[in-house]
Amino acid sequence: MKIHFEASKCQGHGRCYSLAPDLFDSDDLGTAVVLVTGELDADQLKRANLAASNCPEYAIEIGD
Amino acid sequence: MEHPPVKDFTTDFDHVDDAWVADPYAIMADLREQCPIAHSDRYGGMWVPVLHKDVAAIANDTEHFTSRTVVINEGRPGDDAPPAPIGVAPPISSDPPFHEIARRLLLPAFAPRPIAALEDFSRVLCNDLIDAMGDNDVVNASLDYAQHIPVGLIAKMVGLPPEDGDLFRSFVHEIIEAVDLPVEERLARFEPIQEYIVGLIEEHREKPADDLITYLLDAEIAGNKLADEHVFGTILLLIVAGIDTTWSAIGSSIWHLANNPDDLARLIAHPELLPSAIEEFLRAYAPVTMARLVKDDFEFEGCPMKRDDWILLSFPAANRDPEMFDRADEVLIDREANRHAAFGLGIHRCLGSNLARLEMTIALEEWLRRFPKFELVDADSVTFSQGQVRGPRSLPIRILERS
Repeated sequence: MKIHFEASKCQGHGRCYSLAPDLFDSDDLGTAVVLVTGELDADQLKRANLAASNCPEYAIEIGD
Repeated sequence: MEHPPVKDFTTDFDHVDDAWVADPYAIMADLREQCPIAHSDRYGGMWVPVLHKDVAAIANDTEHFTSRTVVINEGRPGDDAPPAPIGVAPPISSDPPFHEIARRLLLPAFAPRPIAALEDFSRVLCNDLIDAMGDNDVVNASLDYAQHIPVGLIAKMVGLPPEDGDLFRSFVHEIIEAVDLPVEERLARFEPIQEYIVGLIEEHREKPADDLITYLLDAEIAGNKLADEHVFGTILLLIVAGIDTTWSAIGSSIWHLANNPDDLARLIAHPELLPSAIEEFLRAYAPVTMARLVKDDFEFEGCPMKRDDWILLSFPAANRDPEMFDRADEVLIDREANRHAAFGLGIHRCLGSNLARLEMTIALEEWLRRFPKFELVDADSVTFSQGQVRGPRSLPIRILERS
């Protein structure tokens, strides 16, 4: 499973990089940047799902 | 302007009505079943969507809805709204494409890292406020605490004398709460605000400082300095938008904990729940409702919207929609999935959301550290604001334990 991030939907709410700072970071404008683009381990997957389920803009999906 | 009591919120909605101010959530729930987009002829015509999907659709539709005025009032929309692209308070009052240009100027100052650098300042501010309460058993968590925190932070960031706090809190009241006044009186009350901001700009031109006013005076768009009305409008926005919003969010959080001793005890025992509790307070007690104007006659979800009709864009209603949130009317401080819209949706996401979260975090951490047990003095003595920002304006609290 991987992180699929649709940058054009991100409005910088910052939920992902607060909840999963090892997977997401902020750029200088507050927009999210994905740090882990490859396959997620079980622990990462849990936090990735948490980040996705807190994004108000539905910019993050976790899938193959 | 007369505001007779509302008999039917589906056809005669009014957000300054006493019943709405007392308990908007029950009315939202009724509207969700009956409408779900309420209408009113008040304010010259207004629509009020209460489903998350409709609020999200309108927030994301800048083709049919404009942000030219975001505070619903008795004036017709054009009366106090300079035309696009800049609008009265850019970028909140701006539409694409100018919106993004104006917003990008401000985003770096409000990004997570520069905001995190304000943590120590915030903590000192909160502790000074608590120290000033002395040994009183009863304190006012809204008037003695919550309201001063955003004032202190905004004054520091924007470059305002901290001793002017009372003055700009009164400006906020005139702009955001006194929305039921006749338009002439509203405009007359705006004059001192205008003079104050013009004075600040002149002072900063003569004596630049390390603050946002000087930053705006030096900033350029495509090689040109910002228009005077752009600098003025953005300072107005920074003063008005950051104060009673966060004041409300901090106040509502303390109000909830005073009302719910189980949640308070749980947070004291498990401080690691504070981040999810804060998001849940933001969802359940979202302070901010925005507005849009209909650009041209347009049918939305079967509603015949007319040019210049107001849309009351209730993020609080979106946040209570049971289609979107399980147990939507319950406050669950450990809620895991929480796509709340307290900071808006779409391109106008609250510029100060990182600052608001920092203020809430530090304000609650310090309050809970110093006052691990407290309760409401009397539920009836709590008063709430009217208008598009909701939060406790007087919140007497009895301190049961201090440390």
